[in-house]
Amino acid sequence: MADKTKDEILYDHNHDGIDRRGFLKCMAWAGTGTLCVMQGGVMKSFALNRPSDPGPAVAKGELSFVQISDSHMGFNKPANPDVAGTLQAAVDKINGLATPPEFLLHTGDVSHLSRAEQFDNVDQILKSTGKQTFFVPGEHDVLDDDGKQFRERYGKNSKGSGWYSFDQKGVHFVGLVNVMNLKAGGLASLGQEQLEWLEDDVKHLKSSTPIVVFAHIPLWTVYPEWGWGTEDSGQALGYLKKFGSVTVLNGHIHQIMQKVEGNVTFHTAASTAFPQPEPGKAPSPGPMAVPADQLRSYLGITNVNYLQGHQALAVVDSKLG
Amino acid sequence: MAGLAAPLALAAILLLAGAKSSTLRAPQAPAASAEVKIDNFSFGPAAITVAAGTTVTWANRDDIPHTVVSDDKVFKSKVLDTDEKFSYTFSQPGTYPYFCSVHPKMTGKVIVQ
Repeated sequence: MADKTKDEILYDHNHDGIDRRGFLKCMAWAGTGTLCVMQGGVMKSFALNRPSDPGPAVAKGELSFVQISDSHMGFNKPANPDVAGTLQAAVDKINGLATPPEFLLHTGDVSHLSRAEQFDNVDQILKSTGKQTFFVPGEHDVLDDDGKQFRERYGKNSKGSGWYSFDQKGVHFVGLVNVMNLKAGGLASLGQEQLEWLEDDVKHLKSSTPIVVFAHIPLWTVYPEWGWGTEDSGQALGYLKKFGSVTVLNGHIHQIMQKVEGNVTFHTAASTAFPQPEPGKAPSPGPMAVPADQLRSYLGITNVNYLQGHQALAVVDSKLG
Repeated sequence: MAGLAAPLALAAILLLAGAKSSTLRAPQAPAASAEVKIDNFSFGPAAITVAAGTTVTWANRDDIPHTVVSDDKVFKSKVLDTDEKFSYTFSQPGTYPYFCSVHPKMTGKVIVQ
């Protein structure tokens, strides 16, 4: 069984002059969810016994939303022959949250083969949350048409290959696309046009504005051998340096990973479809088959809470089963 | 006789040229073909050498979709799900590096001689 070690990190965030960098790796493989909370300037992580109830500290937040990722609608191989069923289980979990989310973020690989009926199926299943979902594409969503269909469905107000931003309750959200123009042998990239747009988009925001960036492929280098990284993300993060709270939400790797560096919290979500191996633990990053009765413990949703007065967002991962 | 030889020769040539090729040529060998198997996020073999005129067929045996895209935009497959195939006939000698546009760390090359 995976080990449930809790990492406690002391990171003095609110005091000027003490500027410690901390690394937090929360890899919750099985069992309960993980809550990482900034309280009074100290980052603590807790294992949760009841994932749907994040605890009194964050139960009433100013803004609450859910990240889901990698639904891969249309996948039907042994690793999960019923991705529609597990996406439904994720929706059931969302609908059962003590604090309902204001909206959902889907960090891509909505479909498995960019087919219309696959997108339709996801839309249908998500409808029962009654909430709006903001999407960014994964590489499985832009096959054969360079994302034209994806943008028509989910990117009506987007620019370029599908990037956009919006504001909710004082938090600024930025959806980025890093799955276009993938180069042979290379990592993902954002590209010059998108970077220039991002620089301009955040230029006039007050540094106290909490920022949430969401994109499919991780914006930090998780494992370059498997293409798990974005080569020009450093430039993007440079434009966000002035902000006191930046949360980066990604998908693509089908497992939870978290890193805190300065004012930036990086988080990757579990898939709602199938798990993938940990970096280097398998010859390739493909779908990982696990015993059927354990599958749902490898899949999950992420609940995010913004509490006024707290700089960082509280990120809570919970398993489907 | 010289006066007749040339037109006779010409007629003979024309006759031969007009004759159906199958009656005059040796039966042709089938066009050369080669296969590349896609599995476990890799092309196998990663590098192949073929004669000009060979048709290379990529078959996806992996449990995840892949594509076959030439670095230099010479050829490009649609997305290949498990058991789908893509073929391209290489008529010109040269080196053709390619990759999977969905998983760009997957690379291969075809050397055409």
